[in-house]
Amino acid sequence: MSDHQLRVSKIRNGTVIDHIAAGQALNVLAILGIDGSDGHGVSIGMNVSSDRLGRKDILKVEDRELSQSEVDVLSLIAPEATINIVRDFDVVEKNRVERPDRVSGLLSCPNHNCITNADEPVETAFDVISDGVRCNYCGTIIHEGIAEHLAVE
Amino acid sequence: MRHDHLISAAQLSRSDVEAVLDRAGDVADDLGASRDSCPGLVLGLCFFEPSTRTKMSFDAAAKRLGGSTIDMGSVESSSVTKGESLADTVRVIEGYADAIVLRHPSEGAAKLASEFVDVPVINAGDGAGQHPSQTLLDLYTIREEHGLDDLTVGIMGDLKYGRTVHSLASALANFEVSQHFISPESLRLPRSVRFDLHEAGAQVREHTDLEPVLSELDVLYVTRIQRERFPDETEYRAVAGEYQIDAETLAAGPDDLTVMHPLPRVDEIAPDVDETDHASYFQQAHNGVPVRMALLEMLLENHG
Repeated sequence: MSDHQLRVSKIRNGTVIDHIAAGQALNVLAILGIDGSDGHGVSIGMNVSSDRLGRKDILKVEDRELSQSEVDVLSLIAPEATINIVRDFDVVEKNRVERPDRVSGLLSCPNHNCITNADEPVETAFDVISDGVRCNYCGTIIHEGIAEHLAVE
Repeated sequence: MRHDHLISAAQLSRSDVEAVLDRAGDVADDLGASRDSCPGLVLGLCFFEPSTRTKMSFDAAAKRLGGSTIDMGSVESSSVTKGESLADTVRVIEGYADAIVLRHPSEGAAKLASEFVDVPVINAGDGAGQHPSQTLLDLYTIREEHGLDDLTVGIMGDLKYGRTVHSLASALANFEVSQHFISPESLRLPRSVRFDLHEAGAQVREHTDLEPVLSELDVLYVTRIQRERFPDETEYRAVAGEYQIDAETLAAGPDDLTVMHPLPRVDEIAPDVDETDHASYFQQAHNGVPVRMALLEMLLENHG
């Protein structure tokens, strides 16, 4: 039995998010709004060994499957992640996250003078570019620390 | 030019720019003639920030095309003071006007406005973002003086917050232009503009002093270093004097160097430059009318 299995046990139903960049697991939980208060079991593995990443984080969230918007968010801060949907102890879906061309309504613009931070009836939109993400309104590029700008409840 | 709105210089291809400048050239050849190409045009002037040149030149352009303008007046006298959103304001004005010229203190304002109306929106300056119609008249001026290829252009001053700079740099990337950016370290180009220039494969160099590059320039585009942007006065004073030019400064430059400025200037260009052959900033401002006439004609043609 591997080290990894000893630390993080199998779940009956839910989502396993694997291959998260080491150190990002708590950010992912924060983004997904998972704090254990709803009673779902949450297992966290941090800095476990990985053939692909060297070190990685892994999350197992019981009785919860991710929505597409949550996957989009995940793709921005954990682009190497894989998402396994588990039902009755079996992995029924195994997906790599894909970076979308654009994310809407998920991030707030760090430029305080951007029109999306005024009281206007508009949703934020960011184009995903090689350098990070870019506000579709003011052009501001978020190069790093994308998780700090998440507007997801 | 195949656009419904003019929001950013980044949307302008080389052929878009050339089409507008060619049309502007035709207009300028006989500016006094009755063009009357847009009879009945009502142009909505929505200026949420002060403006002299941009607003008056759009006003003049609309009238010289046979149209007229309506003006929402100052922000203080408008419904904005009652808390009306920009989205609502432009949706109302859409019912009064055939096109909207918008200046607003927030970046992205014109983009937002264009999503709420069907009439053409022209970005006349959105905060520190873009000012694409200014860029068209800047390019017109440069083309009249030097053409638009095989050029070396220096852009000096507040490159971080200068919307005319952001638009001009983006548009120049369509041409064979070597761009030199001269500014204090604290006011260098924002990441987004540098990213676009890199993506476009533009020839770009950044400097903190004018002197090493002056002799290479065909055009020196000067902008005001905005004192209000600095966290403290001492920091401003440390750099401001370094970015002022006078006739003596320019003596070290090429004889045919063209000095431009979007105006208003404060003290970054000394009055003695006005008397030299380098000074092009007043002609540059005058070029705003034919360029904006051409732009209005073309956007309205696209709109059908």
